[in-house]
Amino acid sequence: MTASTPPGPGLPDGVGQRVDAVRLRVPAEPEYLALVRMVVAGTARIDPLLDDERVDDLRVIVSEACTNAIEASARRGEDASTIEVQVRLTPSRVEVVIDDVGGGFDPDQLDVLPPVTDPARMRIERGLGIPLIRALSDEAEIRSGPDGTRVRVALYAAAPVPPGVP
Amino acid sequence: MELGLELSERDGWAVLAVSGEVDVATAPRLRERLVGLVGEGRTRIVVDLEKVDFIDSTGLGVLVGALKRVRTNDGDLALVCTGPRILKVFEITGLTKVFAIHRSVDEATVRG
Repeated sequence: MTASTPPGPGLPDGVGQRVDAVRLRVPAEPEYLALVRMVVAGTARIDPLLDDERVDDLRVIVSEACTNAIEASARRGEDASTIEVQVRLTPSRVEVVIDDVGGGFDPDQLDVLPPVTDPARMRIERGLGIPLIRALSDEAEIRSGPDGTRVRVALYAAAPVPPGVP
Repeated sequence: MELGLELSERDGWAVLAVSGEVDVATAPRLRERLVGLVGEGRTRIVVDLEKVDFIDSTGLGVLVGALKRVRTNDGDLALVCTGPRILKVFEITGLTKVFAIHRSVDEATVRG
């Protein structure tokens, strides 16, 4: 469903600038969360775009988004659900997209959102995870539907410090 | 990622030193240990987070749950944490106002 995601909105880097992308797909199981954090943080450090504190912010963001995906998958009772994580490095920002790509939904149900009172509809507003994602990122977009949830965040590179500035 | 849990005793406080990463994979072990302590009547607890490399909202939720649990048993739960990356998560979520956060186990236990 989301395996060949085109570049989303909010990618202002100009044509011709280098954009590196790393894509990871893991089972939606708690045991893989540390691995996802490690890969995302390691990717963000390939270019010194973000300082260590922002890389730590990114680890928290990714952990929160993947935890939500893992819990959603568990609630749906799917065995073979996966999470896809894409990290894009551009000269000005690090962008991460986390897709909860649990399959097995009924296409006939695609247009039917759960009622507002349904816990499945409310889940992304629950708890501390979403506020943390929003607080720690420069941009955050969270879309949830019957076929899964997409979290897209961007962290901007710090402006280079001009030489001679203490 | 391994989660380390080391229990010691200090002036009537149960001191649980946590190390490693606290997330949805490891938090159940922390929860189980804290629930176990309260079940044994240990309701004055210090959770030492100095050797924690990572914590997210799942870990925070376990600590909040433990705080509620000790308080309903007339106990108390204090944290030890000086690491900026861990403190930042507490600050953003407003939990610095909920927990007593100390700079050392000594400070946490002497406070009485």
